[in-house]
This record gives sequence, structure tokens and C-alpha cells, in this order.
Amino acid sequence: MTNSHNFSRRGVLKGGLAGILATGVAPLMFTRGAYAQEFCNAPSGDSVTLGFNMPLTGAYADEGADQQRAYELAVEHLNGGGDGGLIPTFSSKTLKGSGILGKKVAFVTGDDQTKADAGRDSARRMIERDGAVMITGGSSSAVAIAEQGLCQEMGVIYMAGLTHSNDTTGKDKKKYGFRHFFNAYQSGIALGPVLGEAYGKDRVAYHLTADYTWGWTQEESMIKATEALGWKTMPPVRTPVGAGDFSQYITPFLNSGADVLVLNHYGFDGVNSITQAVQFGLRDRQANGKNVEIVLPLVSDLMAKGAGEAIKGVYGTANWDWQLTDEASKAFTKSFGAKYGQPPSQIAQTSYVQVLLYADAVERAGTFYPPEVIKALEGYEFDGLGNGPTLYRAADHQCFKDVYVVKGKDAPSNPYDLLEVVGTASRDSVTYDPAIFGGELGPDTPAKC
Amino acid sequence: MDAILAQLLNGLDKGGAYALIALGLTLVFGTLGVVNFAHGALFMLGAFCAVSFRYLITLETVTVDPTQTTAWGTALEVRTPLAQTWFGDWGAVLIDWSVPLSILLAIPVMLLVGIVMERGLIKHFYKRPHAEQILVTFGLAIVLQEIVKAIFGPNPISQAMPSALRGATDVGALIGLAPGALTYPLWRLIYFLFSAGVIAAVFAFLRFTTFGMVVRAGMADRETVGLLGINIDRRFTIMFGLAAVVAGLAGVMYTPLLPPNYHQGMDFLVLSFVVVVVGGMGSLPGAVAAGFLLGILQSFASMNQIKSIIPGIDQIIIYLTAVVILLVRPRGLFGRRGMMEN
Amino acid sequence: MALFQLSRRDALILALFALVVVTMPVWTAPFGANYPGLMQKFAIYAIFAIGFNILFGLTGYLSFGHAAFLGVGSYTAVWSFKLLTMDALPALLLAVLVSGLFALVIGFLSLRRSGIYFSILTLAFAQMSYNLAYSVLTPITNGETSLQLTMQDPRVIDLAFSERGVGLPTASLFGVTLSGLSGFYFCAVVLLIAFFFAQKVFASPFGMMLRGIKSNQMRMSYTGFNTRPYALTAFVISGMYAGLAGALLAVTDPLAGAERMQWTASGEVVLMTILGGVGTLIGPVMGAWLIKYFENIFSSFNEGILSRFFDFVPEPLHDTVVAISSKFVGEGWQLTLGLLFVFVVVFLPGGIMEGVRRIGALFRRRGSPPKADAMRVQPAE
Repeated sequence: MTNSHNFSRRGVLKGGLAGILATGVAPLMFTRGAYAQEFCNAPSGDSVTLGFNMPLTGAYADEGADQQRAYELAVEHLNGGGDGGLIPTFSSKTLKGSGILGKKVAFVTGDDQTKADAGRDSARRMIERDGAVMITGGSSSAVAIAEQGLCQEMGVIYMAGLTHSNDTTGKDKKKYGFRHFFNAYQSGIALGPVLGEAYGKDRVAYHLTADYTWGWTQEESMIKATEALGWKTMPPVRTPVGAGDFSQYITPFLNSGADVLVLNHYGFDGVNSITQAVQFGLRDRQANGKNVEIVLPLVSDLMAKGAGEAIKGVYGTANWDWQLTDEASKAFTKSFGAKYGQPPSQIAQTSYVQVLLYADAVERAGTFYPPEVIKALEGYEFDGLGNGPTLYRAADHQCFKDVYVVKGKDAPSNPYDLLEVVGTASRDSVTYDPAIFGGELGPDTPAKC
Repeated sequence: MDAILAQLLNGLDKGGAYALIALGLTLVFGTLGVVNFAHGALFMLGAFCAVSFRYLITLETVTVDPTQTTAWGTALEVRTPLAQTWFGDWGAVLIDWSVPLSILLAIPVMLLVGIVMERGLIKHFYKRPHAEQILVTFGLAIVLQEIVKAIFGPNPISQAMPSALRGATDVGALIGLAPGALTYPLWRLIYFLFSAGVIAAVFAFLRFTTFGMVVRAGMADRETVGLLGINIDRRFTIMFGLAAVVAGLAGVMYTPLLPPNYHQGMDFLVLSFVVVVVGGMGSLPGAVAAGFLLGILQSFASMNQIKSIIPGIDQIIIYLTAVVILLVRPRGLFGRRGMMEN
Repeated sequence: MALFQLSRRDALILALFALVVVTMPVWTAPFGANYPGLMQKFAIYAIFAIGFNILFGLTGYLSFGHAAFLGVGSYTAVWSFKLLTMDALPALLLAVLVSGLFALVIGFLSLRRSGIYFSILTLAFAQMSYNLAYSVLTPITNGETSLQLTMQDPRVIDLAFSERGVGLPTASLFGVTLSGLSGFYFCAVVLLIAFFFAQKVFASPFGMMLRGIKSNQMRMSYTGFNTRPYALTAFVISGMYAGLAGALLAVTDPLAGAERMQWTASGEVVLMTILGGVGTLIGPVMGAWLIKYFENIFSSFNEGILSRFFDFVPEPLHDTVVAISSKFVGEGWQLTLGLLFVFVVVFLPGGIMEGVRRIGALFRRRGSPPKADAMRVQPAE
């Protein structure tokens, strides 16, 4: 938080803890609410506060840490620091490195603990206490959906981070929520043909599924895509998020007669379940006369790093990969790598891009007034952010762009070279009718919070 | 049939961990009469002994390889562990076997932690009510896990098992089944054998050494043993240390199965108390038997065939067993009458 | 009306307490805590802790599963919003009723055992509820995704009188929206009622009976009393308090997640009660406020704020001091809390309230000796 309030050293000594609280935190309380606001947290003064809410603890904490790096990088670039990252390559030229609408960008961060309750609480704190005008984050769809609902109520725009459930822009879509990341349905469309080619049409799949919205929709989408190939599906097994030891769920697979294990797990859960599955020797097994295979439909660099050897040769899908060769991807990898000494993961890219897209939408709308910003984002067609030409569809606030099929690399040339892009599903092929998931966006009436 | 055997094996390796933790908890309770809510934290500290050991032997030198550049334009850094620079190939072997080797570090460290904990804090609570013992050890558990979080961060840190012990072995072939009918991860089998070994060692120690005999006498009647001029307190302190070592070893060997993180202790705590209660408060054989029993029950409850009869049973089987045992047979499987009932 | 009478001392305490609660937005301002979200939590968790204290403080039964009732209260309230009406009163009533029934069942079984066995039983029941809410009860609880309002909710009562509006509705009381400050004042009023009721319980013969269970259950049963119905009543009352608190959480934010039933949440209310002072009326409230303050404000301190705070420390030491102290604030707030808790249990078993009394006694010197011992935890074993 930026805070230009001055106070004397003596005052601090005298006031002790209460002093620091009064001088450090209280001015915000007084400035907020002092003016009549036409919408929630209308920025006054020369800075604007964004709220970054990500899992710093819990099953998706690794993702959250990378998200935080990306957010801080985005703020730096918006304020004119660093090499500007994706601002020069972005098709919209409104961003000049002078903040948003001339206001310097400040931010607050919070830990959503990979839990819907805690995430919503933290988002609420950012809106009520810190005066955040936009919230972004969430590495779990459960968290994202909960926060998106809150933001709808409070009239604050929510730029979803990593959330892959169909529900986020399907049955739980909201007027104030926007998702750049792809979804499980698109993963199924992209991954299906590749799996069919690699493993044949006559397979029996066994699903282990994280027991919440994302797991359910991914399971459903994968079953749909693979059954279209002619695969059979065993009754899926639901596992709790953060279970840690998945061995008791993997053991029954061995004698089930299935020959493909589909792990609908993410983050540390995905790392644990795939590592444990490989420890069970699944790779060396045969079933129905075929080699047993493992599929991890949603995979990230961070998971690949955590899983090490176990990820080799495993197929999955990704929203983006740092080894893509377009100018924007190269620029982002360079900018991120120079600052943090490691390449960005797909979650870093999506988080960074979401902040830029919000800033750009505000610039184009000429105001922070949410209904105008929403209008600027809806149906917006852009390019130069690493995913090729992309559309923010107005009907469900989902981005449509190419989806990448990746595979764990067999012989990595360096410690970061873990996944290789083996296929691309075009934007047209992954575009679907928004009506299939139902849901309503709701109104864009701003709230006074 | 093969499926049932596989699930049984799975229950045994889970049960091994439960039994080891519950054994330590029971040692403390049986000797000192203290309900130790920080026992899960001791398991977690043991796991972090393995992490620290690996950190120590993989302290590395960073050199820059100018021939390779990263995507962001800097030269690629090549990290070489010091152990490798100093001992050559032996260093690599050392790193490969770091998890089993870290037992050597864990034993003295956990013994010390246990003794310091007992002398520094727990001994002041012998005369206080059990509720206060629960509270102070609960607080201690929070402090310990937060210290670990401050040092090692909130994320799990994965520990590789020795490359020779990776992968699965064909257990079925050993007992005359068709090849490949029953394979099981080698490390999980080792974990089971290891826990069985530690349990046997603890029982032998209590049974066949003079020290153990005195301790057992003290467990039965502390006052009389004290009147005989034996410093039972000192022995009990050592027993606390021993309990910490048992928990710590369980933690060390568990790291390749599940990357340790700071709240792992809390995750195991509830479970281990349930195990102890099911076995019977203060009964060592009870703790061991209940550990394996609950491990096996949990494993079987996760099978789809069972879940289709009673949905959700895999989630609650442990607690359900505890509730039923407590209500029907409050002394647990092997408990003595009157223990903690009043 | 004897029902509403209080002793002069209790009436004074209630009046003072009411003053403190109502003026909360003013006196929390210097601490940066005067935003509605946090003040609502202050009020709600105070209710939770007061209720917990009726069981633990009076009877000495240490429940490690009270969060289950909080969760049940939340789920009931959200369902009341979804099916019946957005008005808060039916939600509160239903939540108290359902969590009371739930507590009756769990209490009936758990109270068959005492001491640590009771604690483990409550813990096991709560974990079962949590795990079930998370998995097979998903149709009722919406699992990990959390139970939320949707646009398609039937809300039969509301929709009988008015058209479905655009967007999600918010909870209300006779048409007054309960969000932000109005939400806080609603919670505050409920807190005062809950506090008053706790005072009545403490002062009643029933309360004396419960204290009897705590100090010596054996003697109580020798005198021909069957103590279990009394303990069970206390258990149910405290479960209803938890349900009330859970319902208020849903009123201020209509979402119910399974996490709030986890045993760590039960552990939190134990911490609150012990920190503040077991068996006292004000203690649990203080404990709840302290912990919620830590969780929300203390946890947001970063090195920048610390650096300014330690401005007076000379340069060579400055960075070290900041580096060390930063381990105890921000993300390390739980470390401070843990240390504080251990300190309280070891040296100040009566919690903050005992500390206050001891300081008070220091000033009075020759006044009556402090009755600290009466406040010691003496569980039923």
C-alpha cells in the first residue's frame, strides 16, 4: 500500500502500537467513505488499489506464489517500471506505463488458503478495508466462484485467475466476473483427438476426481471427449481436495481392468497423485494387452517440476506455455525471467494478462465506473498477449483462443524445460454455444459498498 | 482376490504410520499420564529432519555455463552439490540415499527435542487437569508448526526415495500368484517393515532391559517405584524422548510417500488420538493393533464396491470406528478399566 | 417480570457491555478495525465463544467439535434464504432449532463419556460432519464449492409478495437490508441478547448446578442428582449459540462452506475462550475479539509498516529488529498467537480476565484477595 501520511518519530514512540495503527492504517478508513461514492471504492486521490487474492497456503499454494509474482510484475509494468513486458506487444495501445487513467497502481495481497470461505473473506476485507476497486485471483474454481459471487454483490469487478471449471463462466457466471483462462470443456475438445491418436480407440478409462466443481466438470468433459473416441469409462472415484496420500484410491485401479488412469487433480494434489501412481509401477504395467497410461488433463510447469520423473510422456492441456515462440510469449518470458530467475507458468501469464486487460478496459472506457468497464471488456477482440487472437465473449465473459496440448518432456535440455507443446486446438474448434451450460450473468448495477 | 490383497497391503503401510504415531503417544500417556496434543508436531519435525539433512548435504556451488542461455537472456546456472565436489560419486550416492540416512540425524535431534519439551514445559503440567495438558500441548503444536513454516515456508517439500527403491515390486510372485497379479510400491513395503521393526524394538526394549522393566513398573505404580529409591522421573523423561524419536522416525520415512509440510502434524494428530482411543488409552499393544486395524479399514473403505453400499464411508470410517468403540467399549480394544474414565 | 430481571451488578455489566458494543465503530477506528466485515465477525464470534463457555466454563466438558454446530447453523440459514425468504429472523430461528437438535443427538451420545473421551467423541462427530458435508452430502452442502444463493432459488415466501428482482438478493430484516453497518448493528443486537441470556444462565440455579458438575460430579451424583440431563441441556444451549453464530455468518455473507466445520475451527473457539478467561462472561468475548483482530489486522502488517514502527532503533540494529519481528506479524501471526496461548495457559490460567483482576488487585492492595482460584479450569473427569 502506498501511504504518504507523515508522522513524527516522537508520536510513534509515544503511541506505541496504537500509534502505528492509527497512522498506518486509519487514514484509509477516514478517506474512504468520506466522499459520497457513486460506486464501490471509486478511486479518489492519485492512486488506485487493486486486490490480489491468491492461495499462499493449501493444495494450490505453488500456483499462488507464481500468481503473486505475475501480479507484482504487472503492477510494475503498469506504473512504467521494468521493460514494460507485454504492454508494447498488446494490440491495444492505451497503456502508457503511467498507471491507470493517470493514477498510480497500488495493490494489496491476501491469502485465500485454497478455500472458498477464506477466499471470500479475504476478498471482502480487500474491498471493505483496503478499498480495492478490482479483485483478481483464485487458483481454485471453488474459490473463484465464491469470490465472483461476492464481487457481483459488492459491485466490484473480478478478473478470475486460474479457474478451469466450466461453471465459472457457465452456470455460475456473473456480470462482474471475467475469465481469461480456458475451461475443462475446451480441454476435452483439445485433448480427445490427441489421446485417440496416441492410445487408440479401444481403451478403458479410470477417473480419480477432485471432489468439487472443477473436478466434476473436468471429469464430465473428459468422459464426453473420450467416449466419443470409443473409450469405455469405469465408475469415477471422487477424492477429497488436499488428501495427500492417494494410495488407497490408486490400489483398486490395479485390478480394475482399466488401462488408462485419468487424474482430475491439480496443484499439489496432482503432483502427489501422479507421483504415487508412478510409484505403483503403472508405467510398466500391461492391461488388456496394452500399456497402462496416465493422463493429467490440466497440467502446469509447476506441477511438472513437482512431479519430476513422473510427468514424462504424460499428456495434458495448458492455457499457455513459456516455450511458445510468438513475440508476446517471448517478451513475457524474458521480462518475468529477468526479474525472478525462472520462467513464468501458465498461471503467471493468465494473471498478468488479466491485470493488463482490466487496466486497458478502464483506459478505453475512460472511467473506473464498473458498468462502463464491463462494456469495454465484453466482446473485446485483442491480440499480442501470448495466446494469439483472443475474444472476450459477451455472452458468458469467457475468453476464446487457441488451447495447447502439452506432454511431459522425455529428455529435458535444462531444469525448466519440462513440458513440450505437441498440438494446438484452434480457437474455432474450442468455441461452443454458451447456452449449453446455462446460467445468467445478472445485472451490472453498481453497488455502494 | 488380488484386489483384496492389494488393498490389504495398502492398509498395512498406512497402518504402519498410524501405529508408530499412536505408539509414541501411548508411551507418553502411559508413563507420564500426559495427553500430548503436540505429538503430531513431533511427527512433522521428524519429517523436517529429513528435509534439513537433504539441505545440508546438497549445499551447492553455483557456476555459470556460458554456452547455454536461458529464455530471458542470462547464462544458465549449473548447480553442483558440495557433497559431489568433495566425495565425487560417493557424494551422489549420499544424496540419493539421503532419506534413510537422515535417520542418523533424526534420532539425536528428536531425542533432544523430546527431552527439552518434557523438562521445559510438560513437567509443569503433571499435576494439572488433563484439559490444561491438552490446551498447553495444543498451543505448543501451533508454535512448533509455525516455526517450521517460518523456516521452511508453507509449501510441501518433496523428498526423493533412493533410486534403487523406486517403483513397484511383484509381491504376488513371492506368494505364488501369477506374475504381475499383485505388484506394490517397494518403498511402501519398506515402510511397513520399518514400522514393524521399530515397534518390535520398542517392545523388546521395554521387555528385556532393566531400564524397560523399571519403566513398566513405574507405569503400573509410580509411587512405590519412587519409594524404592529409583529416580523414575529421569527415566520418564527419557521415555518422552523415546516417544519423540519413534514419532520422528515415522515422519522421516514417510517423506518420500508424501512431501512434508508444516501442518502435516495437525493432519495426523486427530487420527492418532482416534487410534489411541480405539486401542485403549495407555495400552501399547492396543495402539499397535488399532493402528493397523484402522489403516486396513480405511483402505478397504476406499474401494468402489464398498462405497457403492455405504456412500462416503471412506471419509468417515476412522471416526465412525472411534465413536462406536467409545460408546460400546469405552476401554478400547485392550484398555484397562478405569483409565481416564474419571 | 422476573424473567428479565438481573442483579444490580449484572445489569451494570450488561449496560457497560452494550455501550462498548454499540460504540464499536468508534473505538475500533484507531486500530484500523472499524470496517463492517470485521466488526460483524467481532460480534458473531463473541456469540460463539459465549456459547462455548456455557458448556466448557460451567461444566468443564471440553468439546473439540463445536464448529460442527456453527456449520449446521450456516447451512440451515442459507437454505432458509434459498427456500423461504431473505428475511433474517426465520433463518436465525431455524438455524438455532436445527443446530439445537443436532447438538441434542451428538450431546446425548458424547455425554455418555467424560474427560478426554468426551473431547475425542465430539471431535470425531465434528470431523464426520465435516467430511460428509464435503463429500456425500454435496446435494445439501454443495461440498467444497460452498452453498450459495442462486438466481433460480424458489424463495417461496418472498416471491409470493414481490417480483423476482434483478441480481442476487441480500439478507434483510423486515425489508431493511442487512449489509455493511446495518449488518453489524443487527449482529450487535443479537450479541447483546445472547449475552443477557448467558448472564441469566450464569446466575440461575441451573448455572449453579452446572458448576457443581464441574467441581465434583461424583459428589453431585451421590447426593442423588442425575447430572447428565443438566450437562446435556448446557450442551444443547451452547450448540444453539454456535448455530446462532453460524446463521449470523450467513446473514452477513450468504455463503456456507464446509471448512467452517473443520476441527481447527473448533480449536479456534477453544483458544478464544481460554485466552479471554474460562468461566467468566466477558472473557470469551475478549478472546474472540483478540483472535479475530490478530487474524484480520495483525496478519496484514508487513515489513514496510514494521520498518516505520522501529524507526527509532539505530541503523545497524534496525534491519535485524525488523527481520526478526517480521516473523511474528503478517503471515507469522499464528506464531504469536500460539506463543501467547502457551503463555496464558502456563502462567495465567484464568486468561486475560485473570490478568485484569491481578492488575486490579495490585492497585487495591488491601482490598479483598483475588479469587483467582475460583476461575481455574476444573474439567469434569
